[in-house]
Amino acid sequence: MSGEASKNLSGAALWGGVRSPFSMSYGKLMIWFFLVSDALTFTGLLCAYGFARHSLGPGMSWPVGEEVFNSFPGLHGSYPLMYVALMTFILIISSVTMVLAVEAGHRMDKKGVVKWLFLTVLGGLFFLGSQAFEWSHFIHGSHARVSLADGRTAYLADNPHHGEAMDPATFAMSIGSPRSSEVVSGPEAYKLYQNAVHVTSGANMTENEYGPPAYANFFFFITGFHGFHVTTGVILNLVVLAQAVKGVFHRRGHYEMVEKAGLYWHFVDLVWVFVFTFFYLV
Amino acid sequence: MERDDIIEYSLGAGHSEEQGRAIRKKIYFVTILLSVVTTVEVLLGVFWTNLFPNAWHWVKWVFIMLTLVKASYIVMTFMHLGDERRNIRGLILIPYGLFLMYAVFILIWEATYVHNVLKLFL
Repeated sequence: MSGEASKNLSGAALWGGVRSPFSMSYGKLMIWFFLVSDALTFTGLLCAYGFARHSLGPGMSWPVGEEVFNSFPGLHGSYPLMYVALMTFILIISSVTMVLAVEAGHRMDKKGVVKWLFLTVLGGLFFLGSQAFEWSHFIHGSHARVSLADGRTAYLADNPHHGEAMDPATFAMSIGSPRSSEVVSGPEAYKLYQNAVHVTSGANMTENEYGPPAYANFFFFITGFHGFHVTTGVILNLVVLAQAVKGVFHRRGHYEMVEKAGLYWHFVDLVWVFVFTFFYLV
Repeated sequence: MERDDIIEYSLGAGHSEEQGRAIRKKIYFVTILLSVVTTVEVLLGVFWTNLFPNAWHWVKWVFIMLTLVKASYIVMTFMHLGDERRNIRGLILIPYGLFLMYAVFILIWEATYVHNVLKLFL
């Protein structure tokens, strides 16, 4: 199959060796080296995240994925992990369309390459849009954390969108955690809220309503860095798609460039598999 | 100018219609496998508190194992590393694997130490 050159090469071409050590073209070997170094970068980031989480001091708790990420675009209510599951599925499917494009390239099937690459680009764009939604929801938040004057911590039952006024009659807060059964409501509770020492709504680089500040910082950095990789991948795929349409690879006699762009795209999917596990599940 | 010192491995990488069918079959198999594993992970993530309320430690390891299964299928089938020569597989996986094991060991070791120090003073 791909890479493993089955044809016999002349000994002279192999600097005196009889067998080529890797049997791989220069470009493909280099993209593999690049991917290893990029994998080391993501390993470092995820290990730093693990360190922050594992070394957390007593009395602090790390946020739970299914409680933070529970909204679905266009729907009200709680759908824990459903949207991120859809995103993950879209990225896996776009990886499949990419590998089908590579396979079509090995058969010199130009129409197949163009079709599958186009679908891969669509999948990538869908994923990027979803990530924008996730970030927007994460930054806005849903249960602003309120530090009350008496030292207790409360969470709003529903944090209104910017510009909407709060109604003291329907106001409610839960004490201790967003799912706590200890709920205070009505004008009395609204007064407590107005006299609060500090209100943390949503997330930014210095504080967030979910947990330790490092949580949001790692979320922004790691998913942001991954999103940057997806953006780069979509651009690369578009360039390769344009060249495939123009017939550049057909004239060259092989579609290896599709394979190289594909390696990068699969790597992006591979990183997401780990980000998904360590940010949303574990 | 045509250079004759560059070996065009890429030209030998093509395959026939028949081989293509077998490869596509494998791709569809891996697609279904990855989808099923992801579905299992999400369902476990949403419902583990109801299903196994006191088994977080085990649920966590199940997540990590399923992730490694997914990762190896992506690398070996989608990235074709399984079809490459053994030399290149080792060149990619062994140095990275060694570094990964070291990084995970050092993160757990040091984080445990920091956690214990914080426990003394907070």
